[in-house]
Amino acid sequence: MLIALTQLLFCQLMGEVITRALDLAIPGPVIGMSLLLVALLYRQSIPENLETTAEGILSHLSLLFVPAGVGVVAHLTVLGNEWQAIIGSLIGSTVITVLVTGWVLQRLHHGASHES
Amino acid sequence: MNPDFGEVWVYLSASPLTALTTTLVAYLAGDWIYQKSGKMPILNPVLIAVIVITIGLTVTGIDYWTYFEGAQFVHFLLGPATVALAIPVARLLRTMRTGFGALAIAIVLGSATAAISAVFIAELLDASEQTVLSLAPKSVTTPIAMGIAERIGGLPSLTAVCVIMTGIIGAMLGPYVLNLARITSWDARGFAMGVAAHGIGTARAIQINQEAGAFASLAIGLNGLATATLIPILYSLWQWWGGS
Repeated sequence: MLIALTQLLFCQLMGEVITRALDLAIPGPVIGMSLLLVALLYRQSIPENLETTAEGILSHLSLLFVPAGVGVVAHLTVLGNEWQAIIGSLIGSTVITVLVTGWVLQRLHHGASHES
Repeated sequence: MNPDFGEVWVYLSASPLTALTTTLVAYLAGDWIYQKSGKMPILNPVLIAVIVITIGLTVTGIDYWTYFEGAQFVHFLLGPATVALAIPVARLLRTMRTGFGALAIAIVLGSATAAISAVFIAELLDASEQTVLSLAPKSVTTPIAMGIAERIGGLPSLTAVCVIMTGIIGAMLGPYVLNLARITSWDARGFAMGVAAHGIGTARAIQINQEAGAFASLAIGLNGLATATLIPILYSLWQWWGGS
């Protein structure tokens, strides 16, 4: 658990260093994820304790968005008098995006073969 | 108010412990309601927790930044959790039967759809140009979205708010939309949630099905890349077209 947590933090730290050193638009944790992914694919197996720790954190991933969510409510004033247009756009666009992405992938992958 | 309680209150309202405990309790309550409802996506635990905490802050008069001093310990874990997404993705890539070509097409179409539909609907509803530009990157993870908004002339703080709202909307409505459209395969369902609703959609997918969670995790990373590349291109085309 402690080793796995250290590995995760180390990857994030390397990601933060890389994104700052190279002045990239990609956030440090996303680069850290790519670094860990490359390491895992190279190693061809996933250490058991890393897998358990990751599953532990990820099963509560929703919880981690709560503080930012409260921040959104505290900053709703940035929506200003255009809130109807913004909310309309967010709902419409999110529904359309889910639909298009899901449909395209299902057609391409499952269209001809099995149904699952 | 008796003096002893006053003293306790001063401690409680300033201690990070209170905010941290409140965050966990509110989330557990949200999750309990969600489970009791038979897992109705509309009763999203994040949304319930956010509403409960916001009401609490309003009633007690504690401001957001005091709350965040405690809640930041939870917020901080988003970093290592993002790194941890490499594990489901690695497991997926070793066993995946879905072709990379199909994923590439789905990601490009999904990313373009997210940006274009957001801009188009906002334009239809007469939003200002700055608002329209702030909405364009709303389907990718917050730091990437803010960076894109800044580059094309949107308002990064507005984008940050829109990104979180998109995540919650996607987690709430996504499963219904997928059911209505009869999109039943777990790879397509997870991938769609990851593309449209980034981390919050992925968090939902992880809790529903392992394969869906892995595809959603993969989608966040790919969509970040695709959107960061696509939006500046679409933006210059739009300007060239005379849209602004």
